[in-house]
Amino acid sequence: MSAAFASSRTNGSEVVKELAFFAVIALLMSVMLLGVETVDRPTGLELAVRWDLVLIAIGATVIGRLGLIFRRENISRLGQAVLITLSAVAVFEMFVRFRELDDRWVSPVFLDMVFSSVVSTIVGIAFVAIIFATAYFTMKDKTSADVEESAKLSSKIQLAYRSNTKKIGLIGIIFFIIFPFIFGEDRSAIDLATLVMIYIMLGWGLNIVVGLAGLLDLGYVAFYAVGAYSYALLSQNFDLSFWLCLPLAGIFAASFGIILGFPVLRLRGDYLAIVTLGFGEIIRVVLINWYDLTGGPDGISSIERPSFFGLADFSRRVPEGTIGFNELFGMEYSSMHRLIFLYYLILVLALVTNFVTLRLRKLPIGRAWEALREDEIACRSLGINPTNTKLSAFAIGAMFGGFAGAFFATRQGFISPESFTFLESAVILAIVVLGGMGSQIGVVLAAIVMIGFPEMFRELAEYRMLIFGAGIVAIMLWRPRGLLSFRDPTILLNMSQKEKVAGEIK
Amino acid sequence: MDWAYFLQQLINGLTLGAIYGLIAIGYTMVYGIIGMINFAHGEIYMIGAFHSLITFLICQAAGISGILPLTLLLMLFVSMVLTSVYGWGVERVAYRPLRGSFRLAALISAIGMSIFLQNFVQISQGARVKPMQPLVEGGITLMESANFDVQLSYMQIVIIVLTFVLMVVFSLLIAKTSLGRAQRACEQDRTMAGLLGVNVDRTISTTFVMGAALASVAGMMVTLYYGVIDFYIGFLAGVKAFTAAVLGGIGSLPGAMLGGLLIGLIEAFWSGYLTIEYKDVATFGILVLVLIFRPWGLLGKPEVEKV
Repeated sequence: MSAAFASSRTNGSEVVKELAFFAVIALLMSVMLLGVETVDRPTGLELAVRWDLVLIAIGATVIGRLGLIFRRENISRLGQAVLITLSAVAVFEMFVRFRELDDRWVSPVFLDMVFSSVVSTIVGIAFVAIIFATAYFTMKDKTSADVEESAKLSSKIQLAYRSNTKKIGLIGIIFFIIFPFIFGEDRSAIDLATLVMIYIMLGWGLNIVVGLAGLLDLGYVAFYAVGAYSYALLSQNFDLSFWLCLPLAGIFAASFGIILGFPVLRLRGDYLAIVTLGFGEIIRVVLINWYDLTGGPDGISSIERPSFFGLADFSRRVPEGTIGFNELFGMEYSSMHRLIFLYYLILVLALVTNFVTLRLRKLPIGRAWEALREDEIACRSLGINPTNTKLSAFAIGAMFGGFAGAFFATRQGFISPESFTFLESAVILAIVVLGGMGSQIGVVLAAIVMIGFPEMFRELAEYRMLIFGAGIVAIMLWRPRGLLSFRDPTILLNMSQKEKVAGEIK
Repeated sequence: MDWAYFLQQLINGLTLGAIYGLIAIGYTMVYGIIGMINFAHGEIYMIGAFHSLITFLICQAAGISGILPLTLLLMLFVSMVLTSVYGWGVERVAYRPLRGSFRLAALISAIGMSIFLQNFVQISQGARVKPMQPLVEGGITLMESANFDVQLSYMQIVIIVLTFVLMVVFSLLIAKTSLGRAQRACEQDRTMAGLLGVNVDRTISTTFVMGAALASVAGMMVTLYYGVIDFYIGFLAGVKAFTAAVLGGIGSLPGAMLGGLLIGLIEAFWSGYLTIEYKDVATFGILVLVLIFRPWGLLGKPEVEKV
C-alpha cells in the first residue's frame, strides 16, 4: 500500500493498484451515507436506495486520483487538468442529485441545469473553465529554475503589496464610503454590505486577540452576545438610548473578557482554545435558560432602533416631540435612510476598530503582544508580565466584540441565543485565519469571500455550510498562513524590507 | 439521603461515562501522537451512529433483525469498519498535508472538516431527528424501596461490558504489539522513530483508524441507548469527550477512560440532584477548573517547558 504512494516512476500495475485502493475507500465511505437514505415515514424509518450516488462518488474519486497521479508524475499538463475538471463536475453532479429524483437513472442533471437558461450556461462554463485553468496553471514543472522563478514572482507581488498597503487601504475605505451612492436604491446590496461590515469589524476585533497576541479564542461570539444582550436589556428595562448603551455594551463585554481571561490565560494555545469554546457555550446555555432575564430561546424582540444621534428619528411616524430625519434635512421620506445610516454607523465603528488596532501596534503594549506571540519565555525573562499583557488584548478584543454586538441588536431589532452559536465563532475565526493572521486587509478580503459570496448564492442555501467547511479546509491546504500571509512583527532588528519578505518565503 | 436514587444516578452516570470515555480515547491518542486536537472527532462519532442505524435498517429490511445477537454484531462490525475509513480519510485529506505547518493551521482545518462532515450528513440523510425502536429491552431490578426501584437495564450492562472489553483489547494492543510500540515511539519522537524504520505516516493513520473505530462503537451505543440521533450530536459529545480527555490527562489512555467516567458521573449527579438545564455548564466548569489547577490532568505528567 505505502509502496504505491512512494512510487516516483510511473508503473502501470502500481497505478492500477493505487486507483483500486482509492475506489475501495470511496466505496466504503459512500456505501451507507450516500447509497442509502433514511426516510421518515409515519410507520417509522424506511430506506431508499441511491446507488447512482455511490457510483458517481467512486467515479469522481478514481478520476480525480488519476489526475493527481498525472500531476505528481509530470505526465501531461493537459491530461491532469482534464481529469481534475471531470472529477469536479462529477462531485457537483453528485451533490445536485441529493435532491429528490423520480428516476435515479436519468441523464446527468448537471447538463440539464447548465442548458436550462443562458445565465446558467455561462455560470456552468465559467465553473468548468476556472477549475480547468487552476489545474492547468498551478501544475509545477519540477525544474528548479521554474520553482525559483515562481518564488521570485510571489516575493515581488508581496513586496508590491506591502509597500502599497496604505494606498490599498485608502482605496478600500473610499470604495466603502461611496458604496451607498452606487447602490443607493438597492436594499439587498446595502443589507449585504452591512452584514459583511459587521463581520469585518468582528474579524478586526478578534484579530487583536488571535493575530496580534497569538491567543486562539474559539468563544469570541460570547462577547458579541454580551454586547447585544446588554444593549437590548438596558434599552428595554431602563429606557436608555443606543448612543448611551453603545459604550456601556463595550464596557460590559470588556469586563466579561477580563473575568473570563483572568483564570485561563495562563494556559497554552489549544487548551486556551477549548476553554474559550467552553465559555462561549456556557454563555449560550445561560442565555437559553435564564428565562426571566433574557427571555430564553424566544429572545428579545422589538429592540429600539437607533436615532440620528438623538436629534431625529428614522420612522415614518415620529413620536411626539421629535422630528424625523427627513424633516431635519428637508428630504422626502425614504425607508432607505435608516439602512444607509446603519451602514455608515457600522463602517465608522469598524474603522475605529481598525484605527485603534493600528495605533496599538505602535504602542509598547502592542509590541509586547507581538513579542509574546513570538516567544513567551523570552518575554517573561525580559520582564513583560504575560498575564496582564494577554488580559489587555483579551479585554480590548472583547470590547470591540461588544460594540459589534450592540450594533447587531439595534440593526436586527430582535436577538435570540440562536444567533450566538459556536458556528459564529468558527466563522469569525476562519475570517481572521484565512485573511492571514495579523493582516488587516486580509480580514476584509476574507470577510467578503466568506460572508459576501455565500450570501449571494442564497439558492444553494442547503449547500452553503458544506461548501463553507470544505472551503476552510481547501484554503488551509493551499495557503496555511492565510490569503495574505502577513505575520511578522511590526518591527524587527536589522532587517530591511526586502530581507523580511525573503525570510518569510523560506 | 435516598440511597436508591443515588445508586440509580451512579448507574446512569457510569453508562454515560463509558460512552464519553470511548470517544475521549480517540482525542487522547491523536493528541499524544501528533499534538493536535482532532476537532472533527465528534463528527466521526456521529457518523458511527448513523452507520449503525442504517445497518440496523438494512438488517430489518433483510428480515434478520429478529436474531438479535447477529444484528448487534453486524451493527458493531459494519459501523466500526465504515467509520474507520472516515477517520483515515479525514487524516489523509485535512491533516497530513498540514503536519509540518504551524499549530493553528491543523486546528482550523479540523474545524472546517467538522463543519463539512456535519453538513454532509445533514444533506445526505436529512436534518430531522432519526428515531429508532429499542432493541435491547428489559433489565434487572437491583433494589426496591418505598418510592423508587433501582433499574439496571440490559442495555446498560451491554454498554459497560463492551466498553470494558474494548478497553482491555486496546490496552493490550498498545502495550504488547509492534503496532503499539511504533505508536509509543512516534509519541516520544517522530523523527527518531522514522529514522529507526517506523513507518510514521502509517502509524499515524492507524491511530486515527483506531480512534474512529472506538468512536463508532460509542455512536452505536448511543443510538441503542437513547433511541434518537441527529446530525448535530457530534459537537457537544465531542467537546465533552475532549473535556474528559483533558481531565484524565491528555495522552494517557487510562486517563481518558477515567475522565470519561468522571464526566459521566458529574453530569448524571448534577442533573439528578441539581438542575438538568445547566448540566453542560457543570461540565465546562469542571474543564476550566482542571485546566487552571492541574493542566496536566489527573493521570498525565506535567509538561516540561522547553526553550
